[in-house]
Amino acid sequence: MNTTLPKIHDRVVVDRDHLQDLFVTLANKGYQVVGPTIRDHAIVYDTLTSVADLPIGYTDEQNGGTYRLKKRADQAVFGYAVGPHSWKKFLFPPVKRLWQAKREGNSFEVIPENDEVPRFAFLGARSCELHAISIQDKVFMRTEYTDPTYQSRRKNLCIIAINCGQAGGTCFCTSMGTGPKATSDFDLALTEVMGNDLHYFVVEVGSQLGTELLETIPHREASLDDIQLAEDIVANTAEHMGRSMDTTGIKDLLYRNLDHQRWDDVASRCLTCSNCTMVCPTCFCTTVEDVTDLTGEHAERWRKWDSCFTMDFSYIYGGSIRASTKSRYRQWMTHKLASWIDQFGTSGCVGCGRCITWCPVGIDITEEVRAIRESESTPTKAAKEQN
Amino acid sequence: MTFTLPEPMLPQLYRIQHVRREIPDTFTLELEPKDGGEIPPFGTGQFNMLYVFGVGEIPISISGDPAKRRPLVHTTRAVGTVSMAMRELKTDDVIGVRGPFGSQWPIKQAEGKDVVIAAGGIGLAPLRSVMYHISSQREKYGKTVLLYGARTPTDILYRRELENWRAHFDLEIYVTVDRATGSWRGSVGVVTQLIPRAPFDPKNTIAMVCGPEVMMRFTVVELEKRGVALENIYLSMERNMKCAIGMCGHCQYGPNFVCKDGPVFQYSQIQGLLSKWEV
Amino acid sequence: MQTLEPILAEHPFFKGLKPEYLQLITGCASNVRFDTGTYIFREDEEASQFYLIRQGKVALEIFAAQHGPITIETIEAGEVLGWSWIFPPYRWHFSGRVFEPTRAIALDGKCLRAKGEADHDLGYELMKRVAQIMMERLQATRIRLLDMYGDNPGGRL
Repeated sequence: MNTTLPKIHDRVVVDRDHLQDLFVTLANKGYQVVGPTIRDHAIVYDTLTSVADLPIGYTDEQNGGTYRLKKRADQAVFGYAVGPHSWKKFLFPPVKRLWQAKREGNSFEVIPENDEVPRFAFLGARSCELHAISIQDKVFMRTEYTDPTYQSRRKNLCIIAINCGQAGGTCFCTSMGTGPKATSDFDLALTEVMGNDLHYFVVEVGSQLGTELLETIPHREASLDDIQLAEDIVANTAEHMGRSMDTTGIKDLLYRNLDHQRWDDVASRCLTCSNCTMVCPTCFCTTVEDVTDLTGEHAERWRKWDSCFTMDFSYIYGGSIRASTKSRYRQWMTHKLASWIDQFGTSGCVGCGRCITWCPVGIDITEEVRAIRESESTPTKAAKEQN
Repeated sequence: MTFTLPEPMLPQLYRIQHVRREIPDTFTLELEPKDGGEIPPFGTGQFNMLYVFGVGEIPISISGDPAKRRPLVHTTRAVGTVSMAMRELKTDDVIGVRGPFGSQWPIKQAEGKDVVIAAGGIGLAPLRSVMYHISSQREKYGKTVLLYGARTPTDILYRRELENWRAHFDLEIYVTVDRATGSWRGSVGVVTQLIPRAPFDPKNTIAMVCGPEVMMRFTVVELEKRGVALENIYLSMERNMKCAIGMCGHCQYGPNFVCKDGPVFQYSQIQGLLSKWEV
Repeated sequence: MQTLEPILAEHPFFKGLKPEYLQLITGCASNVRFDTGTYIFREDEEASQFYLIRQGKVALEIFAAQHGPITIETIEAGEVLGWSWIFPPYRWHFSGRVFEPTRAIALDGKCLRAKGEADHDLGYELMKRVAQIMMERLQATRIRLLDMYGDNPGGRL
């Protein structure tokens, strides 16, 4: 055991055998550990009780409309990319009651919720996901209004980040400037190192909490070689991205192409199934449902995840503003890559590739952008914008 | 505005003091806080989310006098589940109110200028608060013209008030109907036809327009033809709203959230969007 | 006595006309006034005149058997009343009933028509201006047809 504790930005080494100590430490500090685990042939995010719950020795093969789990030749603990879940399900619950109401004659009483706020520790958050959380911070915690549900969960959050050891088949975080190395907003960031019968983690301290966690986890100071090895692994990941997106002037590119023929093309493929919005770590649209019980005496208001791909989404009396598939796909993509920048100051996309993997017909957002961009530079006007 | 809003998704309880049937399908509720508390100050053009117990919630513009906050006044057309349920409510029934939300009509920028208010159909409801404001601070404004288009004479909203303003407040009121019925002796024609001959100085005018999107687009064309600068024209837009605080995403209009960047928009801000289909 | 020429020159309908055409037209113009309730013209009468309304309100009416007179549109200050003088069969399609005391300039359309046939340049200038008015009226009528204040704009279910 060390006598001096590491400070922020210091790097230490934790042996693979001591990863379980991290679980114990977090549990003792009152955290509910959530992270990757295998269920229904996919790696999802759920409650973890020990290291054994992690997808040890598994990896994923992802492509447009494709996701398969495969066994690895080694026993890597974090040897995969991201799955259909994102961390937003914990900070921004898919289904949440906002209040209840009880009828009293011709009046009623509103009963606010008195939630117990969970203290989550996210174990295994990737850099793209840290950026996604930061993006959702800007949506849910603003000067005029703050979502109390999100804020209370966010305040208590502990983040154990992972620097990716391999890029996923649909990943493009390097294009979006969101990874693969976690640079901020974490308590500890782990890089998994394997080789020559060694298996350990190079751990970077990101906060005071990170330092406190290491108090009860056996570790040694990282040597310059350890650090270099970890950097090399991440650099290698950055070289092998499955996709790429040129984001130069992308906001204006999309704004000036609202009538581009490409939207008709993608509309002929899109099923408006809304998978992309469900798996996207930054999508934040919700609906509000007011319900009563059968007696009509008791009412509740619920908030639920919603998707701009539904017909109802833009409905005002008489009809929906966005009735066609084309308009709905265009709305999602231009919001994600263009209007988001005007609204929140950053792109809404972190390059995690989930929308590509989980689209049943394999629509690829990077490909759609490429098609529009290239049509502007080709001399023929074959696929030019129409007015 | 220094008044602190309570938790924005929790409705405050208001009791219906009075229900007024206006034109067919349209009614006005006058509300007071159930336990006699403060009504939050509102600006012209803003809206509240009104909740009918167990049915749902809809955004409705505030159409009362901003200087005279009590009672809280909302005029609604019964066109959907919630508004139809609201129409069945009676005096002493309680509804939920969240708000006020949204951007405001440019009554400050309009001071010292002529004012053109162009309304179509139910669009007069969000503009009535402006009429109240101007008539109570008449000396701050130049020539003030209200151009109002309704479907037929029986669909003219606030008809008695229009007469009153015309008679007492040095306001030019022009009303036209798309179709004449019965003994109507007023103008027959679309509201945009009132613009060429309305008495205002286009070089020194603020225009506030509210009505169906089609009507607003054509109104802007006529105003522009008369020489009103596009940045002096303001419209009120409408979109599906669920939260009214810019978080549910439903009301997006290009990069704008109609609930907080609108509903009142400067025309130059949304010019590119109005003629785009399904945006 | 003040001539009508400067008044005509100012009116949007005649703006930009060559001075000699303007003089010619002034020769065909006269000041008129009508009391409320007067029928300036009736459906099917010969349309030999048209009017520049200076003040007041005139309703274009059609008589429908069981329903009595129906107002199609009102023509008001600054607007031009009547284009049937330039198109065959040169008969009014509607009646023109005065709703408010009206002052107007009446123009001898029959005379202008003859002069336009003789001088096609003048004819073209007149036709351009009449076409402009028709375009504006048609556009306004289309918007009214949309029935946009109703629940069913454009007749959609």
